[in-house]
Amino acid sequence: MYQYDQYDHQIIGERITQFRNQTERYLAGELKDEEFLPLRLQNGLYIQRLAPMLRINVPYGMINSTQLRRLARITRDYDKGYAHVSTRQNFQLNWPNLAEVPNILAELAEVEMHATQSSGNCIRNTTSDQFAGIAVDEEVDPRPYCEIIRQWSSFHPEFAFLPRKFKIAVTGSDNDRAATLVHDIGLRVLKNADGEIGFRVFVGGGLGRTPVIGTLIRDFLPEKDLLTYLDAILRIYNLFGRRDNKYKARIKILVKAMGIEAFANKVEAEWEHLKNDESQLTQQEIERCQSFFTTPAYETIDDQQAQSLVDQQASDNLAFQKWLTRNLFQHKTPGYSAVILSLKSTGIAPGDITERQLDIIADLADKYSFGEARTTHDQNIVLADVRKSELFSLWQEARAAGFATPNIGTLTDLICCPGGDFCSLANAKSIPVAEAIQRRFDDIDYVYDLGDIDLNISGCMNACGHHHVGHIGILGVDKKGEEFYQIQLGGNANKNAALGKVLGPAFSREQMPHVISTILNVFVEKRQGDEMFIDTYNRIGIFPFKERVYAK
Amino acid sequence: MPNNRHIIKDGQIAVNEWLLVTDSSQPIPEAKVIVSLDIWQAHKEQLAKKPVGLWIKNDQSLETIHKDLSQFDVIAIDFPGFMDGRGFSIGRLLRDRYHYQGEIRATGSIIRDQLCYLKRCGFNAFDLGGNSNLESAIASLNDFSDGYQISVDQKTPLFRRRA
Ligand code: SF4
Repeated sequence: MYQYDQYDHQIIGERITQFRNQTERYLAGELKDEEFLPLRLQNGLYIQRLAPMLRINVPYGMINSTQLRRLARITRDYDKGYAHVSTRQNFQLNWPNLAEVPNILAELAEVEMHATQSSGNCIRNTTSDQFAGIAVDEEVDPRPYCEIIRQWSSFHPEFAFLPRKFKIAVTGSDNDRAATLVHDIGLRVLKNADGEIGFRVFVGGGLGRTPVIGTLIRDFLPEKDLLTYLDAILRIYNLFGRRDNKYKARIKILVKAMGIEAFANKVEAEWEHLKNDESQLTQQEIERCQSFFTTPAYETIDDQQAQSLVDQQASDNLAFQKWLTRNLFQHKTPGYSAVILSLKSTGIAPGDITERQLDIIADLADKYSFGEARTTHDQNIVLADVRKSELFSLWQEARAAGFATPNIGTLTDLICCPGGDFCSLANAKSIPVAEAIQRRFDDIDYVYDLGDIDLNISGCMNACGHHHVGHIGILGVDKKGEEFYQIQLGGNANKNAALGKVLGPAFSREQMPHVISTILNVFVEKRQGDEMFIDTYNRIGIFPFKERVYAK
Repeated sequence: MPNNRHIIKDGQIAVNEWLLVTDSSQPIPEAKVIVSLDIWQAHKEQLAKKPVGLWIKNDQSLETIHKDLSQFDVIAIDFPGFMDGRGFSIGRLLRDRYHYQGEIRATGSIIRDQLCYLKRCGFNAFDLGGNSNLESAIASLNDFSDGYQISVDQKTPLFRRRA
């Protein structure tokens, strides 16, 4: 993991002093509400429906046990004892006290964490693949580049007041687990035929009110040019992005309005001026950042032997077997596995985690996974480097702590935004819908038979729950003051990114479990072999679903 | 358009010597004036005889005016709202691309909490409006003692300076 040096500590420290002063001036009435607003947002602080909400960055999802314990302590001391993992790999606290936020930030800085630019019209936390560095299909580890981008984007003097928020995601694998195509900039780090590292650059993707899949703007950007090229894109966006209408202010609207060619030409022309400036990355800097993401001290393990032990344990224990089939991810190192701890047990808001559980994850990380863990954009936690021989004992501990729901990738591992229970922008609640669906489909065997399904729920069209890219997407809408839910089918967040299509008129909350069940019945009937829901959908289209759901 | 008597310039409180003139229907006063682009273009020869400043809006392109830039003692960039950050890029372009050496002044709607970023983008004068406490605002110029990126006042990014 990246480690701060004295510069990082100094810069973050100065930021906290600055924000402390701003908070004091605000509380003393010297700073107006509307002036304090962007300042607090750029330090992670929202004012929500019930209380302030503090969004704490987990840069590209990497977190260590010291940081987890500190989060647990902050959650205990400053909040109500639980936190929430967001769909952008960050942690959110729902009940901090505004006057105490500078103290929370200071506690975070001690363990090399921050809430910088986690909200507001600026460059947000860079997200990545939760299996970076260990995935078999990965070409280049994206994390050193994520860290380079984190530093470049932090307190960038030119881009702190953009037309709108700006999100960058980086993946090193073709199976795009970072959903890069629905980001303002999506980067795929790869090697060209000569073995040189560079980026395929996509621009103008995004969800929200106007969902768009990103467009290719550069097929191979050499790694040294990463920052100068980002500077060029951001400058064009800052100068020409719309500021008259916040719903038209994202870069995707600018790219659409100009056309990708004209936009690309402008970026290239700007880049001509910038590409040789001092921001051009040096090999030394790239290597410095890479040095933080070397492989841990893996043992040499006979994979077959390790696997046969696991198989034997599984044959004696059905619950363990189920967990193995769903909650593991293949590791490129023999004898190791990545484990996904589920934060989706029925009855608990998806992504919610108690202070006690945070401490337990820290302990599990220390015991089983080199002291590190990762947050995922589908709101779970990954222990990336677990020895196969220890899976059984890890499973037992995880189960006791409530993280071993064997549902990863299935219908009940749904993505869900905080919605109307917490969020002041919501049109409808989302957590109760998630819970009703989890309760309805509590037969784990049925859920397994359905195979992989992404079900995503957002409480409004801001789409924090990524409903457009769920195979089944649910969107909360408001009809004359009443909560309704619109269903979309066919979205996909991965390599074959696609936006879902609206099924038809919206439903009441009570109807939702039944409607989902009808959709799944159609799938089960039409499915060929072990086909995934999304593949069946792509084969038969939306009509059979529509017909059945709206049958009179 | 209020013309405030004091501004922050080069890190200190200074008297504002300039009068901002944006109404092209009025005669140009005798004082030292900062004029809008249309006034400059209409009265270039007359204005160029003595010290003069240019006021630009943040949607006006520098490309059309860059040949004239050296004639201005001051260029004032308008911030129509403090959340509108186009002026940050314009400041950098003036310094980095067009090598403008004179005063760059932030005017309109800015708040002291932006001074540090504005300074890094090449601004050296700040008109904060009538009722700001300029003495305490000066401190905000130095909220950060260093930054990761290159900027007008630091041509070498941190990664090239790290030991
Ligand atoms: S999608 Fe809407 S309701 Fe849900 S968290 Fe985002 S803004 Fe709030």
